[in-house]
Amino acid sequence: MAMHSPDSGSGGSGPGQDTLSTLEAAMADGPVAELLLRRLEASDGGLDSAELAAELGMEHQAVVGAVKSLQALGEVIEAELRSTKRWELTAEGEEIAREGSHEARVFRSIPPEGLAQSELMRLPSGKVGFSKAMSNKWIRVDKSAADGPRVFRVVDSMEDEVQRRLQLVQGGQAEKLGEKERSELRKRKLLAEVTLKTYWVSKGSAFSTSISKQETELSPEMISSGSWRDRPFKPYNFLAHGVLPDSGHLHPLLKVRSQFRQIFLEMGFTEMPTDNFIESSFWNFDALFQPQQHPARDQHDTFFLRDPAEALQLPMDYVQRVKRTHSQGGYGSQGYKYTWKLDEARKNLLRTHTTSASARALYRLAQKKPFTPVKYFSIDRVFRNETLDATHLAEFHQIEGVVADHGLTLGHLMGVLREFFTKLGITQLRFKPAYNPYTEPSMEVFSYHQGLKKWVEVGNSGVFRPEMLLPMGLPENVSVIAWGLSLERPHRRLRDMGQSRTAHPP
Amino acid sequence: MPTVSVKRDLLFQALGRTYTDEEFDELCFEFGLELDEITSEKEIISKEQGNVKAAGASDVVLYKIDIPANRYDLLCLEGLVRGLQVFKERIKAPVYKRVMPDGKIQKLIITEETAKIRPFAVAAVLRNIKFTKDRYDSFIELQEKLHQNICRKRALVAIGTHDLDTLSGPFTYTAKRPSDIKFKPLNKTKEYTACELMNIYKTDNHLKHYLHIIENKPLYPVIYDSNGVVLSMPPIINGDHSRITVNTRNIFIECTGTDFTKAKIVLDIIVTMFSEYCENQFTVEAAEVVFPNGKSYTFPELAYRKEMVRADLINKKVGIRETPENLAKLLTRMYLKSEVIGDGNQIEIEIPPTRADIIHACDIVEDAAIAYGYNNIQMTLPKTYTIANQFPLNKLTELLRYDMAAAGFTEVLTFALCSQEDIADKLGLDISATKAVHISNPKTAEFQVARTTLLPGLLKTIAANRKMPLPLKLFEISDIVIKDSNTDVGAKNYRHLCAVYYNKNPGFEIIHGLLDRIMQLLDVPPGEDKGGYVIKASEGPAFFPGRCAEIFARGQSVGKLGVLHPDVITKFELTMPCSSLEINIGPFL
Repeated sequence: MAMHSPDSGSGGSGPGQDTLSTLEAAMADGPVAELLLRRLEASDGGLDSAELAAELGMEHQAVVGAVKSLQALGEVIEAELRSTKRWELTAEGEEIAREGSHEARVFRSIPPEGLAQSELMRLPSGKVGFSKAMSNKWIRVDKSAADGPRVFRVVDSMEDEVQRRLQLVQGGQAEKLGEKERSELRKRKLLAEVTLKTYWVSKGSAFSTSISKQETELSPEMISSGSWRDRPFKPYNFLAHGVLPDSGHLHPLLKVRSQFRQIFLEMGFTEMPTDNFIESSFWNFDALFQPQQHPARDQHDTFFLRDPAEALQLPMDYVQRVKRTHSQGGYGSQGYKYTWKLDEARKNLLRTHTTSASARALYRLAQKKPFTPVKYFSIDRVFRNETLDATHLAEFHQIEGVVADHGLTLGHLMGVLREFFTKLGITQLRFKPAYNPYTEPSMEVFSYHQGLKKWVEVGNSGVFRPEMLLPMGLPENVSVIAWGLSLERPHRRLRDMGQSRTAHPP
Repeated sequence: MPTVSVKRDLLFQALGRTYTDEEFDELCFEFGLELDEITSEKEIISKEQGNVKAAGASDVVLYKIDIPANRYDLLCLEGLVRGLQVFKERIKAPVYKRVMPDGKIQKLIITEETAKIRPFAVAAVLRNIKFTKDRYDSFIELQEKLHQNICRKRALVAIGTHDLDTLSGPFTYTAKRPSDIKFKPLNKTKEYTACELMNIYKTDNHLKHYLHIIENKPLYPVIYDSNGVVLSMPPIINGDHSRITVNTRNIFIECTGTDFTKAKIVLDIIVTMFSEYCENQFTVEAAEVVFPNGKSYTFPELAYRKEMVRADLINKKVGIRETPENLAKLLTRMYLKSEVIGDGNQIEIEIPPTRADIIHACDIVEDAAIAYGYNNIQMTLPKTYTIANQFPLNKLTELLRYDMAAAGFTEVLTFALCSQEDIADKLGLDISATKAVHISNPKTAEFQVARTTLLPGLLKTIAANRKMPLPLKLFEISDIVIKDSNTDVGAKNYRHLCAVYYNKNPGFEIIHGLLDRIMQLLDVPPGEDKGGYVIKASEGPAFFPGRCAEIFARGQSVGKLGVLHPDVITKFELTMPCSSLEINIGPFL
């Protein structure tokens, strides 16, 4: 949790502890803090927390607590964390510094007449001391003695080096020992190196010996009493994050959908009804002059329905015209010259594109006489029989725009596309010849991707074929231009291009 | 979109010049192709099977080029080069000729047994052809490309090519019981009956995909020569006897199928592409096919068709102002030999047998536009004046979405397809009670039905986000689908709004409060009066007993709200109490 409020902010306080507990500690440590401030006032530049603890004869931790609580008050003091390494005696080391090494103690316990080895071994320092004293050649063992092995002094006196060295360390003069000597003592577990964290405390810009507690927040009482004028306030930590507002969110992709709707509406396009996921093959394919053997009509690519398996009603006189155009041609077309089957057209499916909805809309338009020009759009779900993976979805959203008017040209299509993509922030366009079963001419729309440094496809477009439009009953000189793109793909692409920054949270 | 793989150096040699990759990419773009990938055999194998297997493979540079699905004439190096050379006006489009043989014409006789399985056949002969290894490979590869595309994986058309010098006509195309067909197939060392072959090929990675075409038929198609040698058993396999090699000089080509038009197109494409290597370039020897009704036809058709298009029509459709002469020139560059005739505004266009994709004037218009250069066309805005309207249901949806988010609920987007279990078993319902639409060919259980409620999608979303801090407040406004015999397709979408509250407490009051807010937004006052809304105790298998209410608004039931049944919570792999609300927003339009 990170916030601006000094109540729980972590900025400015000492390592490892948060401000709230420091303030509580400041109460308890009040006397120590006051002592510290007085010492600091008298000091020349600053003081070390460990030295102060030693001088005051108190635990170092108590001084650290006081430092932290003073830090929390703002600029009263400055404290710099320092870590120093120090050699300290272990408990055993302390004992030896006091009473001598085990070997010395063994030596001293042997009287001139010697001591039975078995008795010596029973002494507290016996075992360790014996072998060390032996290797120091201070003592010897007479194995031929009558009542078992007996130990005698070899020398009259000896120097207890171990004790002397440990005493040096104890006296704070560890540096007088060589590296080798220290490591030997460490191996014997008599010495240990400890890291001590201390503070170097100096006066802060607002140094004062009288501690006054800083206010954390402005309160109604302070405002009414005017006490805010005299109170110091704890600074905010502006590096901390804010608290996110407690709110709901719209789905990022659907926000982009809203943006596209907005663009179409701005361009004067009317929304087509697309609330029919289930479509007959007739409207999804046949009406679009997509032949019945087309690969898209394969079980591998399209979800067909088991129930309801077939469309119940089709506009039969229109169906006849479609059938004739596929199988024999007409309207200036050679047709596909195959046996068109009604059963195939009846097969229900999950629409593979929203162009089926466009076909229905254009058919309805064709039934209204006289013809009036239209601009249509839709954004809705389409379905493909895919196995889900990172790049394939069985469902996605298709965006489609359609303009029907007298005498529309390919230049018009490109002009509309330019305006459409400009509104998306995409200005560098070029067009590639392409093949779609129901548009001719067809063009893929490419946009230059600054990041990838290449042209990427952003949409597909074309002029609907006369074989699709004329059987519907649209006038011969009416052209219908159309384009489509997927909502999901440009969403990602646009984001890559940095074009839809405002579309969704990062 | 089919992809053709050609050797770059061979391509450049045939084009008579070299290109940088960028230049060639640009040329492709202009012509409507796409240079998809630059690779090598070695790279392909190494990518698919690892470096070890790739060692020793050829590192000759390959161009993989995407070809529009209707341009069968560009599916091999020969056609690609011819198309590009004509486009760049480096050569004139060759004229393909059908010639009668000096001696007897090759005959293929179709018997009536084929009628029920694969009734059509066409044939032709390539005489005195000269293959090289590359040409031979291209010949085989083109057949494969055609099989995969226009032939619809051999279902519509299957191609057989044979060394004519090993055979003796006339040929008979008939259909026989599988047990009565016995021959040595391509790449096998002994004879098998058709039954045995179908078994053997079940494990053949290439051929197993075609078996279903004839598998359960009582009779299998088969072609014999006059000595009873089996040429092929279409659409599965050719005989080994007549196999072609790089040294074959005379090729007998037969195409059998269920689509006569496509069989003729396929034959035309093969012979036009490879007659280039015949001693008499671009000539094809005719073959006669006798149909069961006794009628006899000569193939290949190699038909040239004349179309007449007015120059101003092309200009008007494209949005350019070119002279008829220029338009004719542009079309000629697209392999459509054209000239201005009549009143000087008419263009006569000759559609060659390679361009079966030209079936309407609009196809000619497109080619003129391509040759003109799409990117040279002046962009203009249509003068179409219209007033925009939103689809009312979507308008309402948009308004509600914003207010739902403002009410503290987060929008989710879930799939419209799901498993039967999601909408039935997990909600304590029998699938038959859901009136769901069923998919016949789903690849996974995730897509068995269209959802009949939005609730499972939301619960699955919670299950996938269990780590998020509680409470989880989610909503979705989208369509569900119900069977409905009153519509033309027998199913209907309904726009639903669903919201869930998931926390340590059920929070019925929160979901109820949300309902009150929604009704406030929809301008529906509380109360039983007509025009108002009220909730009444109800029950449902998805809800905890006594914690479910039905929502009535404007005089009709629009949905339910309540605390979910612990069984439902458990079945969606959740652990906390949860309340939900789901209404149909259609009645509020």
